Amino acid sequence: MALKDLPVDECLLQGNASCPGCPATIGLRLVLKALGKKTIMVVPACCTAVIESLYPYTSFDVPVMNIAFEAAAAGASGVEAALRQQGRTDITVVAWAGDGGTYDIGLQALSGALERGTNFIYICYNNQIYSNTGIQRSGATPFAAWTTTTVGGKTEFRKELGEIILAHHIPYAAQTCISYPEDLYNKIKKAMSIKGSKYVEILAPCPPGWRFSMDKTLEMGRLAVDTGAWSLWECENDVMTFNGKSKLLLEKKIERKPIEEWIKYQGRFSHLFKPELDEKRLQAIQEHIDHLWERYRKCYVKI
Amino acid sequence: MKKYIVETSLSYPKKGAMGKTGSWRVFKPVLDTKKCVKCLRCWISCPEASIHREKDNSVSIDYDFCKGCGICANECNVKAIVMEREKTKGK
Amino acid sequence: MTIMIDTGNRIAAKAAVMAKPEVVAAYPITPQTTLVEAIAEYVARGEYKGEYICVESEHSAMSACIGASAAGSRTFTATSSQGLLLMHEMLHWAALARLPVVMCNVNRVVGPGWNIWVDENDSISQRDTGWIQFYCSSNQEIFDTVIHAFKLAEHEKVVLPVMVNLNAFILSHTSMPAEIPDQNVVDNYLEKYIPKWKLDIDNPTTFGNIIGPAHYYRVRRAMQDAQLNAKKLIPQIAKEWMKLSGYFHGDLLEYYKCDGAEYILLSMGAIGAESKIAIDELQKAGQKIGLARVRVIRPFPVEDIIKLGKQADLVVIDRNISVGLEGALFTEVKAALYGQSDAKATGFIAGLGGKDVTYKDIETMCMKSMKGKVKEQELYGMEE
Ligand SMILES: Cc1ncc(C[n+]2csc(CCOP(=O)(O)OP(=O)(O)O)c2C)c(N)n1
Ligand code: SF4
Ligand code: SF4
Ligand code: SF4
Ligand SMILES: [Mg+2]
Repeated sequence: MALKDLPVDECLLQGNASCPGCPATIGLRLVLKALGKKTIMVVPACCTAVIESLYPYTSFDVPVMNIAFEAAAAGASGVEAALRQQGRTDITVVAWAGDGGTYDIGLQALSGALERGTNFIYICYNNQIYSNTGIQRSGATPFAAWTTTTVGGKTEFRKELGEIILAHHIPYAAQTCISYPEDLYNKIKKAMSIKGSKYVEILAPCPPGWRFSMDKTLEMGRLAVDTGAWSLWECENDVMTFNGKSKLLLEKKIERKPIEEWIKYQGRFSHLFKPELDEKRLQAIQEHIDHLWERYRKCYVKI
Repeated sequence: MKKYIVETSLSYPKKGAMGKTGSWRVFKPVLDTKKCVKCLRCWISCPEASIHREKDNSVSIDYDFCKGCGICANECNVKAIVMEREKTKGK
Repeated sequence: MTIMIDTGNRIAAKAAVMAKPEVVAAYPITPQTTLVEAIAEYVARGEYKGEYICVESEHSAMSACIGASAAGSRTFTATSSQGLLLMHEMLHWAALARLPVVMCNVNRVVGPGWNIWVDENDSISQRDTGWIQFYCSSNQEIFDTVIHAFKLAEHEKVVLPVMVNLNAFILSHTSMPAEIPDQNVVDNYLEKYIPKWKLDIDNPTTFGNIIGPAHYYRVRRAMQDAQLNAKKLIPQIAKEWMKLSGYFHGDLLEYYKCDGAEYILLSMGAIGAESKIAIDELQKAGQKIGLARVRVIRPFPVEDIIKLGKQADLVVIDRNISVGLEGALFTEVKAALYGQSDAKATGFIAGLGGKDVTYKDIETMCMKSMKGKVKEQELYGMEE
């Protein structure tokens, strides 16, 4: 699948309310290109509720149901059950939620829906913060990152939600990133082709939230993968495959870049560099990532 | 498009729901078609779907809605797009 | 037609299944459990053919009902007390979204401490969510009201969710006979469900995006209009059902022996049923008191209360307390009378925490009020 093979049609209309350089809209465009018009979306409170734009208009050309912050997966369960009763199995039900709505407040409903095997795709666009409410910490915010509620930098490491999802043994789970359009598109397409619960998480670097210049959205995603702060993988029926650069990193075919290569561009980490280098915390971040990849290697490298 | 009678917060699709967002721009992407190799990276990267793609995979910028983020210029490997400061604010 | 001798919960389940909702999503809580278990039995026997989603919480139960209803299906759920309170955010959501979800709530005390007996603080605290609220006083009324609830919720002039309340144990777990009409009677009465809006890939809309002060009020105003429409429609719907089933439990209120009464007792739920015996006894003793059992508190029967106020002084019994003020029904009755009638309203708060309220207690309360010994509203049986 090359870029030229991606469909021209857009279901996210121009002139919406997103910030310039928004990763959520880049992700939505790609996701909707894969999903097409036979899609119903359920969206909890998050930036996307803003991106939809103001009543009486919407920037979405597919039906969208906004639901309470913690209720995306449950709302989608209801939509899916109703459509099945109506014999409309041709429609894809998608929950599209932020990391706050997924890692934190919506985790119970998500876990419930996955355990029930609800036939839907749950997509989390992870910008590692509560953006909608003005950049507060979430369970996905990395260690040492500034947010308005972690003013000196977050003191905890982020949750490995991917592994929590895998514990549900759903037929398909994947991690991707907006910087890899083909990877993202293919993963949504694959999710569509599988019956049951599917989970896809998209890393979505957010310029105002991470404090980097708005033309660097995709670059921040690529560097997250290069440094191992994020990884591209998919797990189909409990068979785990790392993809693209993450596969090369796992197999040690290429070198993982030091984490500084990613965080030095982001204002949310600037206190680690100014007024003086905070070597202790930088080392802690690096060690945490090294440890994570060691674990990945132990679990997923086939010998 | 069918309008529902029941009064609740139901919104209908509209291009430019927030108006012509091109007026938000401070910097403007300028495309040099001679340099363009039609790789479509800018097209797929634009958060605003404001790079139009033609049948022959040539691209053009829709200034009505482009918010001037500069991602397209940053993603173009052959520097066929450069950012220039808008002369007057907006278009 | 068959006679079913069973508990309020199981009769509610029977009614719900006969209304043929396409989706039921529910979570168990005492004393509602036997209701959802009964639905699970209908599923197991193939008598209920819709989806039964065993969600992981009441919040998700209501969210799933909202999703299913928005996708265009008739939906039902049931809960009680803590479960109802956990749904609170989504109760507003369903009503603002104008989704005709029907729910049974088994009135139970709110914890802490844990107490599974009856009082009405759970549903009373949800009055402002936009839901229509019925209170039943017999198993027959539960059956009929659940059927009415779908008819009313889905009526084009209403399109709001409806809550049918039944008191814990006294109704939920007490066997009483109820006449169950044939399925085709219910089918004809309810007709096929046609959603008033839905998530439709052929007509994509976005429900619930950002709506500013310039427009939001219209949504609230329309809900108010819909509730007021419901107030007119409830008597009509009840009468239509009477023609088909022979059963009638009253309009917004059920009047019992009110002719010539100089006092009218207002009560709800199981106390409403017990009140009939008290009225019989009091009338036998020569007291001029009748009963108006409140069946619906949202929409609130303002006009009916005013009419009663023109005829008699009112005695109000609440099985709830709005802490810091008084019983909710008492407040609302007085508000209805304000500037419209000189009737005196007095009353009691009784039966909190599941404390038993017998017809004897009701007689005592009525006598005290009629003797002019009650100022405003008093606690009854909670003196110690
Ligand atoms: C029950 C509840 N609590 C809090 C909020 C306020 N709130 C709305 S969106 C949001 C954060 C959303 O974060 P995330 O899911 O990561 O999406 P993002 O805004 O980053 O796109 C919060 C805290 C809410 N709407 N509902
Ligand atoms: S805050 Fe970030 S995710 Fe939210 S709209 Fe702006 S750029 Fe997009
Ligand atoms: S990224 Fe550059 S080369 Fe590729 S299509 Fe766009 S302008 Fe042309
Ligand atoms: S500057 Fe941003 S919005 Fe404008 S065309 Fe380029 S990528 Fe799109
Ligand atoms: Mg977020």
